[in-house]
Amino acid sequence: MSDFIGDWHALVVLLLAGVIPNQIWRMLGLWLGTGIDEGSDLLMWVKAVATAILAGVIAQIVVQPPGALAGVPGVLRYGAVAAGFIAFMLTRRSIFAGVLFGEIVMLAGRWWLG
Amino acid sequence: MSSIVSTVLSLVLFVTYIGIGALAHDTHFSLAWAMLCTALVWAGPAQIILITTLASGVGILQSAIAVTMSAIRLFPMVVAVLPMMRTPGTKRRHLILIAHFTAVTLWVECYRFLPHVPRERRVAFVHGLGCGLLGIGLCATVIGYLLAANLTQTFASAILLLTPLAFLFSTARNSKGLADILALTLGLAFYPVAALLDSGLDILVSGVAAGTIAFFVHKWREQT
Repeated sequence: MSDFIGDWHALVVLLLAGVIPNQIWRMLGLWLGTGIDEGSDLLMWVKAVATAILAGVIAQIVVQPPGALAGVPGVLRYGAVAAGFIAFMLTRRSIFAGVLFGEIVMLAGRWWLG
Repeated sequence: MSSIVSTVLSLVLFVTYIGIGALAHDTHFSLAWAMLCTALVWAGPAQIILITTLASGVGILQSAIAVTMSAIRLFPMVVAVLPMMRTPGTKRRHLILIAHFTAVTLWVECYRFLPHVPRERRVAFVHGLGCGLLGIGLCATVIGYLLAANLTQTFASAILLLTPLAFLFSTARNSKGLADILALTLGLAFYPVAALLDSGLDILVSGVAAGTIAFFVHKWREQT
């Protein structure tokens, strides 16, 4: 059971760093109820920064991979993502095709490398 | 229920949360932590930002700032979704859960389904839809977590790769304007550079720099 819950400290961190900073914007939307101009410069900048932060996290997972992914050679990690991206573009931006092809290359590569 | 099962989006949702569950496992969070994270945060980008930043050992404050930047987009989303189901008799507290369920999947599905639902039933309908989607997310989180814990290295690494693949392509698909595309590509390119600086603020530095450049290039193109 303690394995399931883990460390209480981590749950407090989840609340402080994850739940509150995320939920505050939904509740603001609920309480204020009126929109801000979707085309406003401030919101455009926020959207661009949010996209870039997410892109940075994606890059981080591939460049400095956690756990089991760390055992995969860099060439194969980048190759799988690149192959997935090519499939994504060729299928007129199908997320599913991109993910599937990236995974196939990853698995094939691991078998090939032994 | 059939409306939930039949959507392609729920497949993407499922795959995304399998990846998030696996990521939480391999960054040494507990299963309960991963489930609470999905249930209480309920926003894929915020969750992988939270998990990755916390796991890389940066401070709580930096994680919180990165999460909140990614969550600001939920604000206009909630503002857009709620009027679709409001009636003169709707109290604000009836909409709290709906505000919580609001994320990109629910937002898209509301536009698709709500025109076919009588207005007075919409609050109930969206509660059902939201619970269904969150249920899928929770199941997938648990499945991904357990798969990562029990599979061989080969399959576990393939499951971990789901997160970057799914988020990369869904972000690329949603990128319409020049600002979005630039923010995505510069964000990918800047992170490794910022990581070399090893400031402990890598994600924020690269995100703010890439996002700001993308924004100004967009403004500049608009003017010329």
